[in-house]
Order: sequence, then structure tokens, then C-alpha cells
Amino acid sequence: MVQPFAGFTGRDAPAESDLYRCVHCGLCLSSCPTYVETALEMESPRGRLALMKAVNEGRVEITPRIVSHWEACLQCRACEAVCPSGVPYGRIMERTRSQVRAAGLQSRELKRFSRFFLNSALPNPRRLRMGANLIRLYQRLGIQKLVRLSHLLYLLPGGIGKLESQLPPLSKRFFGPSDAVHPAQGAKKMTVALLSGCVMPLMQGPTMEATVRVLTRNGCDVMVPQGQGCCGALNTHAGDLENARAMARTNIDSLMGAGVERIITSSAGCGSSMKEYAELLKDDPEHRNKAIRFSGMTQDVTEFLVGLPFQVPTATVNRRITFQDPCHLAHAQRITAAPRTILNSIPGVELVEMENSSLCCGGAGIYSSVQPALSQRLLKRKMDSITATDTQEVITANPGCMLQVEMGFKSQGTNGRVRHVVDILDEAYGLE
Amino acid sequence: MDFKRFLKDLQGIVGAENVVYHSDDLLVFEYDGSVDRGMPEAVVFPNSTQEVSRVIALSHKAGVPVVGRGTGTGLSGGAIAPPGGIQVAFPRMNHILEVDTENRLALVEPGVINLNLDTHVRKFGLRYAPDPSSQKACSLGGNIAENAGGPHCLAYGTTTNHVLGMEVVLEDGAVVNLGSLARETVGYDLRGVFTGSEGTFGIATKIAVRLLPVPEAVRTFLGIFPDVETACTAVSTVIEHGIVPAALEMIDALTIQAVQKVTDAGYPDDAGAVLLIELEGLQDEVDEIGDEVEAALWETGASQVRTAEAAAEREQLWVGRKGALGALGGIAPNYFLVDGVVPRTQLAPVLGRVADVSRKYNIPIANVFHAGDGNLHPCLLFDERQPGALDRIVEAGTEVLQICVDAGGTLTGEHGVGLEKKEQMPLVFSEDDMAAMVLVRDAFAPDNSMNPGKIFPDGKKHTPHAHPPAHGMPA
Ligand SMILES: Cc1cc2nc3c(=O)[nH]c(=O)nc-3n(C[C@H](O)[C@H](O)[C@H](O)COP(=O)(O)OP(=O)(O)OC[C@H]3O[C@@H](n4cnc5c(N)ncnc54)[C@H](O)[C@@H]3O)c2cc1C
Ligand code: SF4
Ligand code: SF4
Repeated sequence: MVQPFAGFTGRDAPAESDLYRCVHCGLCLSSCPTYVETALEMESPRGRLALMKAVNEGRVEITPRIVSHWEACLQCRACEAVCPSGVPYGRIMERTRSQVRAAGLQSRELKRFSRFFLNSALPNPRRLRMGANLIRLYQRLGIQKLVRLSHLLYLLPGGIGKLESQLPPLSKRFFGPSDAVHPAQGAKKMTVALLSGCVMPLMQGPTMEATVRVLTRNGCDVMVPQGQGCCGALNTHAGDLENARAMARTNIDSLMGAGVERIITSSAGCGSSMKEYAELLKDDPEHRNKAIRFSGMTQDVTEFLVGLPFQVPTATVNRRITFQDPCHLAHAQRITAAPRTILNSIPGVELVEMENSSLCCGGAGIYSSVQPALSQRLLKRKMDSITATDTQEVITANPGCMLQVEMGFKSQGTNGRVRHVVDILDEAYGLE
Repeated sequence: MDFKRFLKDLQGIVGAENVVYHSDDLLVFEYDGSVDRGMPEAVVFPNSTQEVSRVIALSHKAGVPVVGRGTGTGLSGGAIAPPGGIQVAFPRMNHILEVDTENRLALVEPGVINLNLDTHVRKFGLRYAPDPSSQKACSLGGNIAENAGGPHCLAYGTTTNHVLGMEVVLEDGAVVNLGSLARETVGYDLRGVFTGSEGTFGIATKIAVRLLPVPEAVRTFLGIFPDVETACTAVSTVIEHGIVPAALEMIDALTIQAVQKVTDAGYPDDAGAVLLIELEGLQDEVDEIGDEVEAALWETGASQVRTAEAAAEREQLWVGRKGALGALGGIAPNYFLVDGVVPRTQLAPVLGRVADVSRKYNIPIANVFHAGDGNLHPCLLFDERQPGALDRIVEAGTEVLQICVDAGGTLTGEHGVGLEKKEQMPLVFSEDDMAAMVLVRDAFAPDNSMNPGKIFPDGKKHTPHAHPPAHGMPA
């Protein structure tokens, strides 16, 4: 075949053995949020893969138009979960994005976002924290200029740069790593290391604290070791694999300390990314084997608790709730039962399932900032499903989903609330 | 023809946002579920019958051939655009217009997804019976064009047994109704002729389908067998008992391996074949016949038999079957599926001869098929990027079809002739037969501008590489 164009190049090119697993059967179409929303083949998994194949075969070059279809992808991996052929869509898209990035063909929004946030703030926990302190100051004092200065608006979902008034409040107390060991209550079962993460300790400090309480309550010594940083998921998704690898190495070296038996996270996105460190570092001679062990030790907090098993709370929490499956829990990690097992175990809790609970809410990491229009349409769809359950409380298991659905409630003008599975479990324990 | 002008006119009819013509975007409209390729000049997404009619009338005047596109899951290249042609696709016409529970029928637009219709009517205790394994993705428009079948068509018949009538736009833009909502048609059964016409007669814009009550009880059996021959004996034994299962499907060893690589469908690694049998009916019936089926499976040499009645567990037993074709992607990048049909009694010997073809060409062949009605699906596995691979596959595929025909069977059970099998038509039909068929088509589409180049042999070798669009231009 004539190959007028160069195709994908370099070591981070999508693997042909991954790409050509797709037999274009179309069975993924109905699970893809962007296809459901647009009904356009270009915005479907099969279409995006076909464009990658065309580029790979040198039939077309990477054009801004093709990039726009790839960037409209949420990387929610719903397609991957339903694909009968086992197409590893997530990593194919990450590598495709790294190609786009290397060629300098990202959209303006993504470039702008990358410059500050992905390249500078995330790989650098201190800088991120400083920025967050500024924002908190702003929220206390209302000094708008500071926010613009800090660029931290990009942290927030939904094109919020334009909606400063809706800025979600940062936590009163930031959570963070320390030298302290949070000791197990009662007989000690295990020592675990907890990922503190990037945004979550700043925006959802109380949830992080609840995670520690729930774990200690269930017989775990909990460490939140110093030196750890962001998991690198957002960088990986944006195709910034180099920074992501550096971040992965940092976390492997800091979290896998002596005596640690599991690495726990209460962020589904981080869990999915850490479980894939093995893949990310497979060509790294020094960290390859450690990464395999690290990924094997990583568990989402809900998965871990159910496996322990956790202590079923005895106090009653009389509440109707609904559960939103985070994409990176349901699709990337294929965990859907564990959070429900925990919720259903709490006396008095009535779980009302919403329709299409695992269809992405449009949060999707930085997606809400760089693709505000489609993100808002998906949020609207999600809020409609939530409203139909007639519940006031949405439980989920990922910081991004929490922020996005909170945004949804705000823009609806209703006062529903959004919490993490561990928040409500912690509440139940607290009432005992 | 001034193509720019033509595009403008199309946009004028359906709105600029509903015409795709940029060459980058057209890349995702060059394929369907088959191995065929071909880029349309443009793709149009109409919103109504009127728009379809105007688009087709305009194209007819401009001499541009038109092909309907459902969701592109077809396995014979039916939706592949002919050179210079445009596709009319139905993602915007995807509404269930009416469900009449009393008369058990539904009126839908052609873009409705098969499973969505079934899920919707189940709320009323009804079902839409034809269930292609692609039902999660394929459209009803595509289903009637291909007269789609599915596992449960063994007991209930294929699509044509469930379609009451349709509104059709003919090649000059005229809108006609075929069939009727009453169950008996007076005069020629044009509805029946249209079903299975592979988009060559016209475009269906509304479809009336029959619904059935959801059965009281359903039970699924999974039998594991040491080899395909034994499984074939089991099929015959079940049928000889006078049992008509709702579904009777077989999966062979190679497919089992492929499936197990992707999902744990619960098949043992060393299984030679798996049979899936489903019974439906009144509880007593299902209980009684169920015992017979189970006994028959053990008798004929099953090494394991599992049964399920609860929906979730039955679903689990079906997982492997429904995902089987896709799973083949884990073994080879492409499959060429031969949709041959043979008399049920010939299953075992024919599969033996298919295995000979596999050895002769050194091409792996996976089998997953509707055993109950003798509808084989040998899948020839290959990599289209290897030079000459496709030619060899087509040659081997033709040999497989010849085997089916020699055994008293035919070319296609449910996927249609399309591009893929047109050159094999003479294996079963004489020149006169085909000339008669063309006369029928001419009654609907005298200028042959609807999906031309399909079904009938034209000596053009099956060379499914993409042709670049002649008029593609930047948006
Ligand atoms: C994994 C997999 C499993 C499958 N299993 C089965 C199975 O069990 N049984 C089975 O029968 N098939 C099966 N198929 C084949 C395919 O799904 C069916 O042929 C289906 O009917 C095609 O529907 P579609 O909407 O994808 O149509 P397309 O592929 O888009 O088009 C098919 C044909 O329909 C025509 N068409 C589409 N819409 C209209 C319209 N409104 N009016 C007139 N013509 C129209 C097109 O022009 C084309 O000729 C399978 C396919 C795959 C990929
Ligand atoms: S990604 Fe998987 S489900 Fe989607 S078209 Fe490709 S093979 Fe089929
Ligand atoms: S990752 Fe999500 S948005 Fe992207 S193609 Fe897959 S299902 Fe669609």
C-alpha cells in the first residue's frame, strides 16, 4: 500500500496489536457517551479507532479535524468495558494523544491547560498547594485577581473560568501526607499506605479524613507517606507520558515503604492509573518490576473494604440515596459491586439506582474544562437521571465526579448533596 | 454535475450540521462490520420522511447513487457506498413512534436500535423477537434490509415474520406504503418482497413490527462437549425428540479460546464445543421439556451441563455467545464470515470439510453458529495488511460456500449477499433466476440508483480497498 504520510512514530506510538484488535463490530457504540449524545460515528469508539488506523496506515496525516474527534473522547473507557474483542482502548487513546502532543497538534484549550496545570502544577505538589492556598484566600476574601493570577481555575470543572461565582469551596482543612502513622483500632489486620493525591486533599479534605477513619476502624495502620505526589492520571490521559512516568516513579518510591501491604486510594481515577503503572513503566529497567508489584498492591478503598471484609455498621442512617458509578471504577477497574455492597450494608440506607449510572457525567478529569459544551450536555443528562430517582443525595467514589455533580446541583439551583462511599460509611460508624 | 452545488442543496434540505463531507470525517463511513471498504462522497442525516424523499429525489436528478446506512454492523458490505454515491443514515430518525399493546404492534423509525425497541416494549410485557447477536447496535432499518435472523429466530422466524409493513421512499422520491397493519395482505405481499431487498428497492422510513408476549418461563442450558461431532449429535438428538427450542447455538474450540481470552464466560479451556439451548413457554412445559433436554445432553456425551432460569444467570450463559464474533479480534485482526446454510443433518460432515479447507489454505477457521437451523458461520481469520491475504480468504471462502451448496444448502442465512457474495450467486442461481430477480428490482427501482453494485455478479472482482472520495473538500 502507498503510504503518503508518516503515521505514528516513536516508542509511544499506539501498538498495532492493540489497534487491529478492533473488528469494527459496532457493539461499543451504544455505551459511548459522546456517541449517545451526538449520534455521530466520528464521535464513537469505532470511529476514533478507524481514524487511528487510517493515520497508522499513512492514509492521512494527523489533522486538526481528526484531533478534534480524539479530543472529544472522555477517556471514560465505557467502550473498553463492553468490547467483546478486548480492545484496550484506554491505552490506545493515551498513546494517540502522546502522538498528537508530540506533533504539537493539540487544541488551543488543551495546550493552554497543559502549560500550567499538567506540566507545572500537578508534577509539583508544593506549587499546587500554594495555588490552592491562594484560592482559599480568594474564597475567604473575594480577591478575584488572585485567582486569575494563580490559573488554578483550570482545576475546576465546567468552564468555570467564566463562572467564578460557582467556584466550589475548597476544604477548610487541607489533607496531606505526614510522618504520622494512624494506628489501627482494635486488632491490627494490615498496614496500608494511602495516596493523598493532588486535588482531592484540597477540595475534599474531609473525605480523605473519613477514609483514614474508616480504614483504622477496620483494623488498618494507615500511613500517608511524605514524598508522594499526584498519581499522574491526568498527564497520562493527556498523552504527557513522560511527566506521568516521573510521577509514577515518585509514588512507587514513596508509597511502597517497609511493611506496607496495600496501597489504597479513595479516588477511582487514581486507582485506575496506579493499577496501570506496570504498563506505563514497562520499558523502565529500574522501575519495571517495582511497578508490577505496586500495581498489584493497589486497591480502591471500596474494593479493599469489601475484601477485608469491613465491619458492617450497626447504627441506622435513614436516607434515600443514589449511586453514580465513576467511569474509572466501573469501566477501567470493573468494580461495580463493592461500593453497592457497602452502601446496602448500612442499616436504613435505601439505594435507588439511577438510569445509566455508569454513563459518564462529563467530568472526566480536565475534560469539563477543555470541552465545556459536550461536558455540560452530559452533565444535564446525568442530572436528569439523578432527578428521576427523587433522592437528595448522590454517592460516588471519585473526586472529579463529586465536583461535577455538585456543579450540576448548583446550576439546577437544587440543594442535593454529593458524597463519597466512605463519607456515608464513616457517618454510620460515627453514630454507633 | 456541480458537486458543490449538490452539497449546498443537500444542506438546504437537512441542515448544514446534518451533512458530512469532509474527507477526514468520511473515513469513518467507509466500513461496516464486514471486510469491505468504500468511501461515500457525503453522508446525510435526515430528520423526517419528507427530508429523505427530497434528498433521494435530488440525488436521482443529479445521477448520484444512494445507499442507506443503519449503524454499519452489516456483514456483507451492504452499506458500503458505491463509487460516487452518498449514504443516507438514520441516527436522527430513531424514535419509537407508537406502541399498541392491545394489538401488539409498534411503529418505529428506521434508526431505532433493535435492543432499544425490545427493552422499551418489555415494560408492557411484550418483546420484539428477532435478536441478531448485534442487537445492541444494529438498526431496524438494517434488520429489514437484510432480513436479519438471530438465536431466537429458530422458534419465531426471522425479521420477515415480524414486519407488518413499511413506509418506503423510492428512487424518484415517491413515498409509498407496503403491507398493512392488518395481519393479512390483499394482493401481492410487497412487504415480504421488500424485506431482505438489501436497500436496493428503496429506503424504509417507517416500519411497523409485530410484538409477542414475554414468555412465562425461560430456561437456558449450556452443554460442554469434547468435540464438534458430539455436539452435532446432541443437536440432532434434541430435535429428534420433537423439541423446538427457542434457540440452539454452537461454539467451537477456537472460538471458545478467543472468548475466554477476553471474558470468563465459564467455558473450560479444553472444551471442544459448547451448545447453548434455550427453552421458552409455560412453566410446566419448560420444566417437562427441560428434563428431556438435559437428559439428551448427558446421553450424547456432554461432559458438563449447566442450566439457569433467573435472568441474570441466563445472561451469564449467553455472554460468550453474544461476544463471540468480536472476541475473534483477539486472535486475528480480521475475520471473513461465511454465512452458509446447510440441512441440519449435514452439520457434522460439512464442518469436517470446512476444517479440510482450513488445513489446505492454512487459514484458521472459527465456528460459532445457529446450529438449530443449520446456519453456519465459519469465520476465516486473517490480517488484511498482509499482501494477498484477502484474495486467498475470498478464494477459501468461496470453497466453503461451494461445500454448503453441494450439501444441499445455500449462500446466506441472514447477512445478505451485498458486495461480499455477489460473485458467488451463480453457485445457486441460474442466469434466468437472476434476470427474474432484476425484473422485480426494476419494478421498484428502474434506474438502479438505490445501492447499485450489490447482490448481482458484475464480474468486478471483490477488491474491497477504499477509493478516495472524488469531491472531498475541506469544510
Ligand atoms: C458481532 C455481529 C453479530 C451479528 N449477528 C447477526 C445475527 O445474529 N443475525 C443477523 O442476521 N445478522 C447479524 N449481524 C449482521 C448485522 O448486524 C445485521 O445484518 C443487521 O441487520 C445490520 O443492521 P445495521 O443497522 O447495522 O445495517 P447496515 O450495516 O448499516 O446496513 C445493512 C443494509 O441495510 C440497508 N439499510 C439500512 N437502513 C435501511 C433503511 N432504512 N432502508 C433500506 N435499507 C436500509 C443498507 O443499505 C445495507 O444494505 C451481526 C453483525 C455483527 C457485527
Ligand atoms: S472497539 Fe470493540 S466493540 Fe467497538 S467496534 Fe471495535 S471491536 Fe467492536
Ligand atoms: S472512552 Fe468513553 S467517550 Fe471515549 S470512545 Fe470510549 S466510550 Fe466513547
